[in-house]
Amino acid sequence: MGNVIDLTRVCQTFVSSDGSPVTALQDVDLGLRKHEFVSLIGPSGCGKSTVLRLIAGLLKPTAGTVSIFDRPVTEPRDEIGVVFQKPTLLPWLNVLDNITFPMRHKYGHVDAKDTERAQALLSTIGLADFGRKRPGELSGGMQQRVAIARSLLHDPDILLMDEPFSALDALTRDEMSFELLRIWSERPKTVVFVTHSIQEAILLSDRIVVMSARPGRVAEIIDVPLPRPRSLATLSDPVFTALANDIRVKVFTRKPE
Amino acid sequence: MGTLKHYADRFAPLLAFVGVLLAWEAACRLFAIPAFVLPAPSAVIASTTEIGAGRWVQHLLATVQIALIGYLVAILLALPLAVMITHSRLLSRTLLPWLIIIQSTPIVAIAPIIVVTLGAGMLPRVVITTLIAFFPLVIATATGLASVPDELLELSRSLRASRSREYWQIRMPYAVPHIFSALKVAITLAVIGAVVAEFVAAEVGLGYLILFATSTFKVPMAFAALTLLVACSLLLYGVIVLAQRLLCPWSLGKEAGQ
Ligand SMILES: Nc1ncnc2c1ncn2[C@@H]1O[C@H](COP(=O)(O)OP(=O)(O)OP(=O)(O)O)[C@@H](O)[C@H]1O
Ligand SMILES: [Mg+2]
Repeated sequence: MGNVIDLTRVCQTFVSSDGSPVTALQDVDLGLRKHEFVSLIGPSGCGKSTVLRLIAGLLKPTAGTVSIFDRPVTEPRDEIGVVFQKPTLLPWLNVLDNITFPMRHKYGHVDAKDTERAQALLSTIGLADFGRKRPGELSGGMQQRVAIARSLLHDPDILLMDEPFSALDALTRDEMSFELLRIWSERPKTVVFVTHSIQEAILLSDRIVVMSARPGRVAEIIDVPLPRPRSLATLSDPVFTALANDIRVKVFTRKPE
Repeated sequence: MGTLKHYADRFAPLLAFVGVLLAWEAACRLFAIPAFVLPAPSAVIASTTEIGAGRWVQHLLATVQIALIGYLVAILLALPLAVMITHSRLLSRTLLPWLIIIQSTPIVAIAPIIVVTLGAGMLPRVVITTLIAFFPLVIATATGLASVPDELLELSRSLRASRSREYWQIRMPYAVPHIFSALKVAITLAVIGAVVAEFVAAEVGLGYLILFATSTFKVPMAFAALTLLVACSLLLYGVIVLAQRLLCPWSLGKEAGQ
């Protein structure tokens, strides 16, 4: 296979609070190659977050298999970093301690190397002087950057990001997108990126997975033939615009009737 | 004009307080209200000399001691109980009805029974104080422990951290603002508990003093004891507020319901 992540005929059924079953995912097949940047896009409730949680090992599929490096996922793994939709920082820790929190939480202690690396990450995300500040003193966008730095602390091979920029304004979003691309090109990793923004998906991704809802399926996988590195100029590339229109039509017509 | 407004802002509460005292004093003199109905502030102050300062301190310390011991026991009981309740559904279903029964029992009604069962001395007073103070602590702590966002718990799970680290490093700190709001409620409840206990069976304490003073129609002295009690309650409350500001400044303004 040679894929980093493989989902084979994955079905996921939840029991809703009234006892009736909800099929969140139905026969999802998906293969992600090494160091590939893939976006998941689709209507609300189509199972994007569920796909991430399956890959993260936080959820066991009802049917089918999820494997990473050709081994089935049975529990969360070390080589994965997760960025949740909300920043989810710990309000009682300062920014630096928040970034090293995974180490403290997993191993019970933080060594000098982790702190050094956290400091370097802080510079990368442009918050070098904010290490001693508490999350409450940061803007939403800054907090999300810290959450991203936290997920990068152990330099994971796989990065799972669930709408990480959804709380940000358009300008900060673009800025963060380029920042993410820079981090990704410096330390290549396989990224699964959930978004509601078609623009964002095109700008970032090698491939875009369009999902449909009820039940959640992979409707289409679209290659993004735009050259890298991408920049602000990419946004006005005719290929970009054409692709955006194309995907908009696809996502729109896939909406449940 | 800005400074005037500033001063008004600053001293308005004090002025209002002094104003009420003066109006009270004036009303008592003007309408010649008998002291056993409503003693004037001056009469209350004068009554404090009826017993020596040493006796006052003795009564005050007795009440504070009971309140604080009962409070500490309540905290020591409440925290593990709250962890148990959030930890397992079974425990929660088993324990909650008992907690609610205890909470629904009027403390004033059960106090004499406790005194009969446990005899005189400090033990029944501490038990009564603990009973009244611990329920809000359990509920607030349990609420806090359970209010952790799912994402943080998933972060913990994705790191495969142990359950005890999940509690110590995520749930407990997350509950701190809730715990502090409950600590503030509970300290005033603890003072009430101590006084109720002293009403039932005691030979010392501010509650006892109020009971003794009213039974001998020394109403001004009862008022003096009451004032001391309120001041003591406010002071203890202030200590908790200060502790929160010093120990957990990040939790300020984030308490439940604020
Ligand atoms: N723990 C759960 N219990 C019950 N149903 C769930 C659970 N998690 C998800 N679902 C259901 O599964 C479906 C897919 O949910 P999911 O969160 O994956 O959607 P999503 O594509 O991420 O949506 P959004 O874009 O709004 O975040 C939804 O219908 C949701 O109601
Ligand atoms: Mg989602």
